[in-house]
Formats: sequence, structure tokens, C-alpha cells
Amino acid sequence: MSQALQQLINGLTLGAVYGLIAIGYTMVYGIIGMINFAHGDIYMVSAFIAVTCFTLLASSGISSVVASIAITLIVSIALTSVFGWTVERVGYRPLRGSNRLAPLISSIGISIFLQNMVQLTQGARVKSIPPMVTGGVSLFGGEGFHGPYVSYVQLLIVAVTILLMIAFTLFINKTAFGRQQRACEQDQRMMQFLGYNVDRIIALTFMIGAALAAVAGVMVTLYYGVIDFSIGFEAGIKAFTAAVLGGIGSIPGAMLGGVIIGLIEAFWSAYLSPEYKDVATFVILIVVLMFRPSGLLGRPEVEKV
Amino acid sequence: MSSTATQEMNLHFRVRDALGAAVVAGLVGLPMLGLTTRDGANGLEVQTRWALLGAFIVIAFAGRITLQMLLQRFHLFSKRRLRARPVPEVTGNGSLVWAGAACVAFAVLLPALFAGNRYVVDTATTVLIYVMLGWGLNVVVGLAGLLDLGYVAFYAVGAYTYGLLSTHFGLGFWQCLPIAGGLAATFGVVLGYPTLRLRGDYLAIVTLGFGEIIRLVLVNWGDVTGGPNGISSIPKPTFFGLPMQAPGEGPTFASVFGLDYSPGQRVVFLYYLILVLALLTNLLVSRLRRLPVGRAWEAVREDEIACKAMGINVTNVKLSAFATGAMLAGFGGVFFAARQGFISPESFTFSESATILAIVVLGGMGSQLGVVLAASLLVILPELGRDFSEYRMLLFGVAMVFIMIVRPGGLISHRRATVSVPGVEAKP
Repeated sequence: MSQALQQLINGLTLGAVYGLIAIGYTMVYGIIGMINFAHGDIYMVSAFIAVTCFTLLASSGISSVVASIAITLIVSIALTSVFGWTVERVGYRPLRGSNRLAPLISSIGISIFLQNMVQLTQGARVKSIPPMVTGGVSLFGGEGFHGPYVSYVQLLIVAVTILLMIAFTLFINKTAFGRQQRACEQDQRMMQFLGYNVDRIIALTFMIGAALAAVAGVMVTLYYGVIDFSIGFEAGIKAFTAAVLGGIGSIPGAMLGGVIIGLIEAFWSAYLSPEYKDVATFVILIVVLMFRPSGLLGRPEVEKV
Repeated sequence: MSSTATQEMNLHFRVRDALGAAVVAGLVGLPMLGLTTRDGANGLEVQTRWALLGAFIVIAFAGRITLQMLLQRFHLFSKRRLRARPVPEVTGNGSLVWAGAACVAFAVLLPALFAGNRYVVDTATTVLIYVMLGWGLNVVVGLAGLLDLGYVAFYAVGAYTYGLLSTHFGLGFWQCLPIAGGLAATFGVVLGYPTLRLRGDYLAIVTLGFGEIIRLVLVNWGDVTGGPNGISSIPKPTFFGLPMQAPGEGPTFASVFGLDYSPGQRVVFLYYLILVLALLTNLLVSRLRRLPVGRAWEAVREDEIACKAMGINVTNVKLSAFATGAMLAGFGGVFFAARQGFISPESFTFSESATILAIVVLGGMGSQLGVVLAASLLVILPELGRDFSEYRMLLFGVAMVFIMIVRPGGLISHRRATVSVPGVEAKP
């Protein structure tokens, strides 16, 4: 029982991170219908920015953990969204209106570029930072009974993710930009007729996706403390799987998919075989799609002639 | 407005635009070029490289201005803004046929032209493996319009089939070729049957997942597959039963034909073997395209609903494309295993699938000759870059983006249906 609860907590933490990255995939897919393979690498770049920022803050004598995390979050979000914008501007905007696979190949190219760029400029070796948030609480701990242990980092990750999700949902549902973004998903040409700058809305969508990935990057840096240039690929595939599982194009679906995949991974590693946890993830994805071809929360698309 | 005023406005606009580019370059460059972390005495230390960052910003500024001027000079700018470019027109089929014939002639003569240059023939063999895989994937992506991101799984099935059957049961290359092809096709059907009713991008992630499943099983099922160590000492293919090896017991290729043995013979033999396999693939695919099943592939790609209305069994059509593509990948895998003599899951990662897909899309989906061009480009480009190997993959990524932007329809666009009713204009 205790172990199950422990895995639940670990899985939720992992799922929160996947969910944050998955939103970037799902939003981009929703608005321009492309799989952005470079998104995982944007997340990786944000983790490197976080490491640099943490190190810089530590050496400049800022000892407050809260201030340090807050500053790093802001810096990482700001710089990573510039990355998101640049990638869209350079790699995808010139391809708007061409065939469906051209931006896909372009995004694979950008993904290769980003990985090698980081490897060249930041070094191929693993970067590690000392743990910043230490300690935790043991739930229902008592005499002779060890309850599940929740570290403060896990609490922080889940709390930040929930807060961000609420803010983000309000942002998409209530603000003018959120309305424009949703309208663009439905009919870009009509938006152009109405005088909106569709390119700008798409660029902002990429920036928001990158910003959420940046939060995930900072959180992972805090959680594991170890990053390298290849972390983007695996996280990207998992997050994309999460987005598809939840129903691509659906923002709550992405979050749900992320949590489900985090839980599958945690429980499968603990109870069955850690080697096959990724196999389990993909098998469950295939099984779900067999019965719900549009994902869990996706709307089935009606094709009209 | 006088022309000088326009020019001034233009200059003003350009400088502002380039300043914007410089600011973005600064923001992007700061955490990557300007700052870096190195292992220091106690943990990481931040190093600054302001000169590098400054140079990058200046390059971005100058580059942007130059690009603007070039675009304006050649009037590329305004056209692109106005509307999406149509897919470039197909060049006349006649010239393509001649180009194809020239390619085949060159390929046949290549070992003679570069006699004794083992490196060239080896690289050409690699190109041909990718050409064959590209033609196989072309059936799935280019003709049937199904996005397959896990094509390498079938390649792996072929390679491991030969690796296991030859090392455990002593089966030869030629016996394994049909077995592996059939097995890979079966895998294709097994994967395809439940998933082919998914829409394009859902299918993409499922195939990607399938590719990863196969790779992970290969890594973790150590008892059978050898795990991460793979399978080694896989026998080489024989020439009608005659092995290509130094004279020893039994007849060898060299002894039967009265030649002096040289290791180069095997390289050339392998080259011709893959050339024959690739040409057979090409023949098969171009014949299939004209058969009802091939026409159905292209029809399903263009309009699935219309196909259903016409009474075509869409699932079977897609399955046949999937199985054909998988079978060809299986053949390619057998050759790969035989040529390398060693296989491990390392060779069957997602990046391999991405490379093959890139070959198909860069070549121009559906175009056979385009695949040859793109495969040569993608194999030779990194080879040329060996001298500055650090930047090789970086430039490879840039090249992929660049080619897509310049020619989004691929190097040779060919999306017209293979068969069309005379007198009726085919839909582009």
C-alpha cells in the first residue's frame, strides 16, 4: 500500500513534467497541424539555461532558494520563448502552405541542429547541479511504519504545474489572445479576413509552448539535478505520446495523457520490469487508440466531402 | 514619393529589421554562446565568451541585411508573402527517364571507374541501401500517403532474422532473404491491421511507438537478441554458393573463376548485390504502381472517402502498401546484416527512421529518382564533412531545413497520379 502511494506520487511528478511539454505539442498541432519534433529539444535547451542560471546565481551570492528558483524560472521562460519564436520563424513560417510533411522534416532538421548546437557550445558531458530543494515529508509516518515519502521538490513540481494549468486554462478561455488562438485553430483564412495577423498568433503559440516547456525544464533540473544534450528526445517522444493519448489538439487531454504516462511508467517500473516501461507506454497507447481513435479527450473528426 | 525617399525608407526598414534580428540573435546566443558552464573546483562554474556572442550578433545583423537585399533584388520576397507557392510543376517525364537511365549506367560502371578505391565503393553501397529503403518507404508514404515514423522496425526485423537464422541454424543469405521479407511483411500486417483506421498523425505516433517497441525488445531480450551487444560474426553472402574469402577448404569465388583473391572483390560483389536488389525493388514498385493495387494506393492517398464510395476496401489497400514497404525494408535489413557482419540495436534507432523519411520527403514524395538524389545527398554530405566532423551533424540539420525551405515539394516533385485518364486533367 505504502509503495503504491509512493509510486503514485512519483508518477504524478513525472506526469506533470510530461504534461507541461505535451501542451506545446498539442497547441502547435491544433493550430498548424504539424508535429513539432524540435519541441523536446526546446525543453532540453531550457534545462541548460536553467543550469547556467542556477550556477550564475549561486556564484553571485544569492542564497535564498525561493529567489533563485523564481529568477531562474523567469529567465528560462523568457529566453526559451525566444528560442520557440526563432524556431518557428526560421524553420516553419517559410513553409506555411506547402505540403504537410515539409514542416515535419524541417522540424527533424531543427531538432538535429539544436542537439548538436548545445553539444558544441555547452559541451557533451553531463551537467549536474547540487540539490537546491532538500528534504520532504513522510506521510502518515508513525512508529514502525514508513509511509510514502514526498520530497519538497515533488510538491513544488506538482504545485507549480497545477497553478500553471489553472492560469493557462483561464488564459486560453478568457483572454482576447486565447480566443484568437482558438479561432485560428478553427479557421485561419477567416481570421485573416477579419484582419488578424495569423502569423503573429502562430508565433505566440510557439512561444507559449516553449514557455511551458521551459517550466518543465527548470523543474526537471531541480528534480534530477543532472542533464545532458540528449534528454530532449526521450522526453519529447513521451510528451508527444501523452498528447496523442489525451487527444491531440485538446489541452486538458495533454495534461491527462501526461499524468497517465507518468503513472504507467512509475507503476510498471516498480511492480513489473523497469526495462520494459517504455514498451508498456507505447502498447497502452496503441490499445487506447484502437478503441478511441481520437485519443481520450479528442473530438472525433467528421470528414465531409 | 521620389525614388531617393523610397530608398531611404527601404534602408530604414532594412536596418530596423536587421536590428530586430540582431536582438533575437543576442537573446538566443546569450545562454548558448555567451555563457557556458564548465566543471570547476567545486561544482560547475560559469564561463563567459562575450567575443563569440558579439561576433554572432554582428553576423546575424549583416546576414539579415544581405538576405533582405538579395530577396529584394531577385523579387523573391513579395511573392512569398502573397500566397503559398504551388507545388512546382513536374518536369517532363522524358528527361526523368533519361536521367534515371544515366544513373543506372553510372551505378553499374562505378566500381570500374573507381577501381581500387574501396572507400568510394563502400560509400556507394551505403547510398544504395538507403536508396532501397527510400524506395520501400516511398510505397507507404509517397504512394499510399501513410506517414510511417517507425520504418526502421521492419529493417531491424529483416536484419535480426538473418542474424539469428544464420548464426543459429546455418541458413544462408539467399534462403533468409525471402524468409526475412515475409516475416517483415507479417509484422507490417500485424501492426497495420489494428491501427490503419487511425488518421494520419495518429498513425505516425503509433508507428513511431512500434519502432521504439522493437528496439527496446532487441535491447532487453538479451537471451535471444544478444541485448545491446547485438549479434556478431554473421556470415557474408555467397555467389551461388561460392564464398568470397581467401582460398582454403572447398571452392571459393576466386578459385572457381581462376582469379587471384583480393578482399576488394567482396566489396565490389556486395556493391553489385545491393545494386541488383535496389533495381529489383524499383522494378517491382514501378510495376505495382500500374497494377490496380498501385492505382488504389494513389487513389486512397488523394481521397479516401471517394475510394470508399467507389467500393475500394481502404483497409486492405493500406495494408498491402504497409506490407510491401515492410517487406522491402526486410530485404534491406538482410543485406545490411550480411554486409556489416555485426548488428546491434544501435543501428535501428528513431534517427534512422527519420533519415529514411527525410530521404523520401527531400527527394519529392513518390519520385523514384528523387529518392536516389536525396539518399546520395544525405549519405555523402556527412561523409564530405569528416574533416570538420564536429560541425558535421550541425550542418546536416541546417541543410535539411534549408532544402525544405527552398524546395518544399522535394528535389523532384512528382505527385501526379501514375495512371490518368487521357484527356482529363489530373488534379495536382
